[in-house]
Amino acid sequence: MGIMDSLRSMFGGKPKAAPEVKPEAKPVPKAPEVKAPEVKKEVAPKKEEVKVTKPKVAYVHLSGCTGCLVSLADTYEKLLDILGAVDMVYNLTLADARTLPEGKVDIAIVEGGVCLQDEESVHLIKETREKAGLVVAYGGCSATGNVLNFSRGGQWNQPQHESFVPINRLIKVDAYIPGCPPAPEVIYNFCIAAVTGDTEYLKPFMANEAGGYHCGCDLNTRVIENSLCMGCGTCAASCPTRAIEMVYGRPSFNNIRCIKCGACSFACPRTFLPVNKIKTLLV
Amino acid sequence: MSFGTYKEVMALKAKDGKIGGVAQDGGVVTTLLCYALEKGVIDGALVAGKSETPWMPKPTIATTKEEIIAAAGTKYTISPVVSTIKDAAREYGLEKIAVVGTPCQIYAVQKMRLYGVGARHIPDKVAMTVGIFCTENFSYAGLRTVIEDHCKVPIESVTKMEIGKGKFWVKGAKDVSIPIKETHKYEQDGCHVCSDLTAEFADISTGSIGTPDGWSTTFARSTRGKDLLSKAIADGLFEKKSMDEFKSAPDAKIKSGLDLLGNLEKGKKDKAKKHFDERKALGLFVTPEILY
Ligand SMILES: Cc1cc2nc3c(=O)[nH]c(=O)nc-3n(C[C@H](O)[C@H](O)[C@H](O)COP(=O)(O)OP(=O)(O)OC[C@H]3O[C@@H](n4cnc5c(N)ncnc54)[C@H](O)[C@@H]3O)c2cc1C
Ligand code: SF4
Ligand code: SF4
Ligand code: SF4
Repeated sequence: MGIMDSLRSMFGGKPKAAPEVKPEAKPVPKAPEVKAPEVKKEVAPKKEEVKVTKPKVAYVHLSGCTGCLVSLADTYEKLLDILGAVDMVYNLTLADARTLPEGKVDIAIVEGGVCLQDEESVHLIKETREKAGLVVAYGGCSATGNVLNFSRGGQWNQPQHESFVPINRLIKVDAYIPGCPPAPEVIYNFCIAAVTGDTEYLKPFMANEAGGYHCGCDLNTRVIENSLCMGCGTCAASCPTRAIEMVYGRPSFNNIRCIKCGACSFACPRTFLPVNKIKTLLV
Repeated sequence: MSFGTYKEVMALKAKDGKIGGVAQDGGVVTTLLCYALEKGVIDGALVAGKSETPWMPKPTIATTKEEIIAAAGTKYTISPVVSTIKDAAREYGLEKIAVVGTPCQIYAVQKMRLYGVGARHIPDKVAMTVGIFCTENFSYAGLRTVIEDHCKVPIESVTKMEIGKGKFWVKGAKDVSIPIKETHKYEQDGCHVCSDLTAEFADISTGSIGTPDGWSTTFARSTRGKDLLSKAIADGLFEKKSMDEFKSAPDAKIKSGLDLLGNLEKGKKDKAKKHFDERKALGLFVTPEILY
């Protein structure tokens, strides 16, 4: 199975019989897809047969602020690794293609939520789902609704533009990266894990709890209420608006400040604890 | 016994009398932080400093030796150390941060290095993690009740607290000890599913179990942890002994050294498993992978 197929099956989709993307000769480091040399044959094995398909990536911009894309660029020189590992076929901010390409793309990274009163946006997210093997809700707005939750319409010059939803309200989403914006390091890790097929790293992003409406209240409903909080303060550090203060060893959050980004509960070590991955840090 | 992965384990005692006087055990944490600061390995440390309320720790960003030393000693209540990590990087402009914490706080920081969605440019600034052994922690009100109602001394008169040999000790104007059993009901419940005693995910971890008073059992786990420790030892900051010196006698009923630590570790892991299963049975959410 190719990388894309194993990713697809891992994300719950069926592996496709024939990959759309033409194999490229150039080997990319860490790519797991090395053909096992056929031992019995006397003939010298062909020169390192590494089949690497660079995933076709579309960056879809809906109701977002471009901060998520800036955060991607904020990986500095590592951005080149990311761009080198993928084939960016659509990205209005960075390239000329005006519409999603004909045919399939492998991964769609979606920034921003959807305005239900904007036909074009609704159409674009539907088209994205149809064309993309994997859809990644990237950043708070796309993943959780984030500040868009506060939209109420009534503003010039589209006063009827009122309802904004995270994309999983309209389409099936394969992975969520919360955060407003997500930290560049997380984006980098995610991209590299995706192209190298590191399913273990990707797992938490694929959990459904990572998407949809989120709030500082999650710390209560998912952690404190389950008797799991131990007062580490990670949630408070992760909050982009300082809505969380630690009081007597427990998070106390200010509902008026919270922008519903979902970072705090994702970061909390008691919602998920990536033990095996942490072990790899201890070298 | 497993104690997580580590490269070396040893018994250490700080030679600096100034630190020995204020430290909880062998002064490993405080000595190492001061040394790392002096050598430029770190430019600040997140520690549990003092607040206006007696024995209520305040997560503190220490950038001088004085501040590090002022935070020495164990406060048996929650100090949300990770909450300050972003301020350390942003407001204090620190590039090489050391974090001192209980095992759960160490894994919080390590998770942040991998999955810190709200922790932009933090991962590469964590220069060192120093974990302290931990069996359980208390809420502040819990600690206060233990001291004032059970030990019957005013909390502000206490100069040191210790848990060891099955007892909770308070020292100060009056030294009192009560059986540790009396304190159990004040433990924070989030500790009951915790399966880490020896801060298995820290670069260096240290604690009192396994060594006599005034000494610390210390694990060097990562390369950077071992490097710092080896240099500090080579520079003569510590008396060092092998853990074998504290081995339990083959037929001993009461264990010592690593045997004792191993027993207690197993006890903690078994207890976590029991609570994990009970909570599952109640239909509660329990952190996957918290038992490992
Ligand atoms: C809640 C708690 C429970 C513990 N349980 C055990 C145990 O069961 N067995 C055992 O062997 N050791 C335990 N320890 C560790 C032990 O008490 C010492 O902290 C450790 O041996 C280090 O001693 P030292 O002389 O090297 O540290 P010192 O040089 O005295 O420095 C101690 C460091 O710990 C930090 N600290 C103090 N209180 C807290 C806190 N509440 N949260 C986070 N950091 C803090 C301080 O900032 C300081 O930097 C526990 C510590 C805590 C905080
Ligand atoms: S409390 Fe902060 S981190 Fe949590 S959802 Fe609200 S804004 Fe985001
Ligand atoms: S991050 Fe730490 S303090 Fe915040 S809810 Fe989770 S366990 Fe509690
Ligand atoms: S017992 Fe575990 S959860 Fe509780 S304070 Fe200690 S390390 Fe943290």
